[in-house]
Amino acid sequence: MEYFLQQLINGVTLGSIYGLIAIGYTMVYGIIGMINFAHGDIFMVGAFIALILIVALGLTAATPLLLLILALGLVLVIAMALSAAWGWTVERVAYRPLRGSFRLAPLITAIGASITLQNYIQISQGARNKPLQPLFSGGFTLAEKTSEQGTFAVQISYMQIMIIVTTTVLMVGFTLLINKTSLGRAQRACEQDRKMASLLGVNVDRTISLTFVMGAGLAAVAGLMFLLYYGVIDFYIGFLAGVKAFTAAVLGGIGSLPGAMLGGLLIGLIETFWSGYFSVEYKDVAAFSILAIVLIFMPEGLLGRPEVEKV
Amino acid sequence: MTPWNDNPVLKVEHLTMRFGGLVAINDLSFNVGRGDITALIGPNGAGKTTVFNCITGFYKPTEGRLVMKQKKGDSFLLERMPDFKISARAKVARTFQNIRLFGGMTLLENLMVAQHNPLMLASGMSVAGIFGLAGYRQAETEAIDRAKYWLNRIGLIARADDPAADLPYGDQRRLEIARAMCTGPEILCLDEPAAGLNPKESAELNALLRFIRDEHDTSVLLIEHDMSVVMEISDHVVVLDYGEKISDGTPEEVRNDPAVIAAYLGVADEEVEVVEEEVGL
Repeated sequence: MEYFLQQLINGVTLGSIYGLIAIGYTMVYGIIGMINFAHGDIFMVGAFIALILIVALGLTAATPLLLLILALGLVLVIAMALSAAWGWTVERVAYRPLRGSFRLAPLITAIGASITLQNYIQISQGARNKPLQPLFSGGFTLAEKTSEQGTFAVQISYMQIMIIVTTTVLMVGFTLLINKTSLGRAQRACEQDRKMASLLGVNVDRTISLTFVMGAGLAAVAGLMFLLYYGVIDFYIGFLAGVKAFTAAVLGGIGSLPGAMLGGLLIGLIETFWSGYFSVEYKDVAAFSILAIVLIFMPEGLLGRPEVEKV
Repeated sequence: MTPWNDNPVLKVEHLTMRFGGLVAINDLSFNVGRGDITALIGPNGAGKTTVFNCITGFYKPTEGRLVMKQKKGDSFLLERMPDFKISARAKVARTFQNIRLFGGMTLLENLMVAQHNPLMLASGMSVAGIFGLAGYRQAETEAIDRAKYWLNRIGLIARADDPAADLPYGDQRRLEIARAMCTGPEILCLDEPAAGLNPKESAELNALLRFIRDEHDTSVLLIEHDMSVVMEISDHVVVLDYGEKISDGTPEEVRNDPAVIAAYLGVADEEVEVVEEEVGL
């Protein structure tokens, strides 16, 4: 039971990170119907920007806690802003010129953008792993069990609490943005009928750009979380995280925001539990198998709408 | 006898639209009078919808000018503007032959999307919107009031929070017009608004269009096949055939124009009166 609880905590933490990335996939798919393969690399760029800032500010575990939290907030804001600029640029350079051309064209440039970002970071930052000493240590012990093998303590670290809280806050804020603000309404309108939206005076190109900007901002948050949680990044982390988050988006129903969050959580949980109870080597296989099974029985994903043919 | 030439809201000047070798519109000029209901009629394939598509930026005309003159005196050359600015700046609104509501959004939201630009400005690109700052809340309240006003006017206020796709056809038509009006247009272009409506709904539509013209000071340009609608409510009728204007005048004048009768009915002159009676012209 204690072991289960521990895995649950770990799974939710990992799932939160996937969920944050998955939102970017699902929103872009919703509004322009393409898979933004460069999104995982925006996440990676976000992690690198955060790492550079943390090192530049000289943050270590020895920094006083209050100062550390404030500084991390600053790092978060700057990383989000810079990654958003990257997201905007990718859209502007690689996707907008191809809008209205055949469907596969932007997919190909997306892969191109992804490779470009990876190589840019590889060249500018080097190909080696970049470690970061843990900034937070410790946590709460929730339960303890003593057996003949020793003591097993269920712990939730401060780091995990921070990740889960930040993710929850961002997701709530984001849901409000989509449901309550004019921008969110315009986005949903563009999802349904871009031409009509533009006839009502909505600047469709700008709305699409803002979608990329928001997705990239959330990916940067995920990047910072990933960096703090695992303490090591390299130029290639975007690929696997991106594929996982994409899987999460599809699992939850691509185009659906709550779906992306749910899908992210599920993928995180499946992966963690599989590693915990079966084998670490096959955790990715488990996550992708669940995806395959769900797609066979529910092709539109868990919370997706069935595709309706437009007449 | 041509009051629409005195102070037109929209001047179409020598408009030509070619698609490769096909000439869809050939040197078409007409004026849409301010505060008039102007009908654009003609047999199928005459190029009516193409005119609309040029006005609202779907097509870039091959030749010609489209001059939109607002009440305040600003004028815009529509053929040079991207489509979202035609609505946002030049204040031209339009509906389509087929219904293009945002089906998954509620009635109220549909009308709110049409007020996106003022709201976006008031909300500081949504930042103020998330935090619910006062300035945005006020703008939002005004937008909701305006949306509710129109929902009231078209009798759908009770269904404000239902998805638009759930409405019956006739109600969807009226909602589209209400949504177009929420953009605050000076000219409203309607592509076959009465298509598929029953006589009662058709009469309601006429009343709504008159209301828009009289109470909201908005000029209306409409394409319509239903002659009872055209003859009853329009102040000015322009007839197209094969992309050219064949008649232009009051409903009375157009109805008696032999060229129009020939274009529509394509019969020998001695039979014209017989067929005219049959179709109720």
